[in-house]
Amino acid sequence: MGLDFSVVPSYLDNLFFGALWTIGITLGAAAISFFGGIGLAVIALYAPALIRWPFRVFAFMFMGTPLLLQLFLIYFGLIQIGIDLPAFVAGVIGLGLHYAVYNSDIIQAGILAVDKGQYEGSRTLGLSQGQTIRKIVVPQAVRTVIPPIGNNLIALLKDSALVSVIGVAELTLTSQLAISKTFRPFEFYVAAAGFYYVINLGLEAGLRHIERRIQIAR
Amino acid sequence: MDFDLILRIYPFFLEAALVTIQLAVYSTILGLLCGALGAYARLHRLAGVRFAGATYVSVIRGTPALIQLFILYFGGPQVGIQLDAFEAGVIGLGINIGAYMTETMRGAIIAVDKGQTEASRTLGMSRAQTMLKVTLPQAMRLMIRPLGVNINAQIKGTALVAAISVVELTYTAQRYIGSTYKPFEMFLLAGVIYMVIIYVTGQGISYLDKRAALK
Repeated sequence: MGLDFSVVPSYLDNLFFGALWTIGITLGAAAISFFGGIGLAVIALYAPALIRWPFRVFAFMFMGTPLLLQLFLIYFGLIQIGIDLPAFVAGVIGLGLHYAVYNSDIIQAGILAVDKGQYEGSRTLGLSQGQTIRKIVVPQAVRTVIPPIGNNLIALLKDSALVSVIGVAELTLTSQLAISKTFRPFEFYVAAAGFYYVINLGLEAGLRHIERRIQIAR
Repeated sequence: MDFDLILRIYPFFLEAALVTIQLAVYSTILGLLCGALGAYARLHRLAGVRFAGATYVSVIRGTPALIQLFILYFGGPQVGIQLDAFEAGVIGLGINIGAYMTETMRGAIIAVDKGQTEASRTLGMSRAQTMLKVTLPQAMRLMIRPLGVNINAQIKGTALVAAISVVELTYTAQRYIGSTYKPFEMFLLAGVIYMVIIYVTGQGISYLDKRAALK
């Protein structure tokens, strides 16, 4: 069986729709991973030990096991305890939490790199600890760690393909559906790869733009 | 938490863990080869070779590993490449991690002080001698730790081949979730094994890194 890419155009609409889902999942998970990462970093650095430790165990487990396994746990495991999430929601939460843990590591380093005088100065001026963290430390920390967080975002985009395994009809699953009708795996997976590549280029361009803007502001 | 069940089925998970370890070892070796070739290409004198290296890195890093595996395993037969799932897993994962290792190795090589190359060339060593005897030994030291990060990612990446039904750890966990309806127990069992593998590998890499550090 040779290659015949002429079957692809008639499914382009489906693939395009799948690509939109991929972008949606990526953006949703990115938001969770970014704000979750900040939350986890603040807990890891400032919370009392009793709260810190369970979170540390949580982070260790998330960094030490594969994302695919975590997606299975969130999707099938929560059903076991009576929480029936739609696959899309389970996928976004799973991806988001996984990368929140990775982002938290980076943001912690960023927070530690903020001059200590900033914290002390802010406290001396009468701001509470919570205000100091929220308004003085975190904004400065986040700015310095945008490039590595951007790298995680690109990894997240590619890992969004994994949610096809729990049945979310994004780009990968859409191409699989087309394959099940046409029996042309090579053509459609290459087409899907092309879509991912283009989304990836767009994302990289966006990140470069953000990085440049931050540099000017500094 | 059903510990009886865990005690009853953990031998199957250990068997599956062996497959995961084999996948990780073979694909890491292939990845190191691809990485070395890629780094060589990316630093080559000829622009065409550099371009080929850059394209490899860009395409592989710009698309999901899962799709690459699917192209190789499901699409391969269409272009005359017949592989069983395990072989496709090793080759696909190896080529994938090779692109990341290319960048790691290239980064380490260009991080070696330029004066070293210049001095070595001035002393009359050829380009190849300079690379093999001066630059590379120093670059090797720098690349151990970042390659360790790549390998750590690769161990977790082996879970992807569950999607082309290689019976490794994640596939086994998934199968037992389906038959026992006990996802938390299965996750715990598989998760602990993954963490042990990653921990031991991490210790090994730290040891190598310490051994290689300048005294």
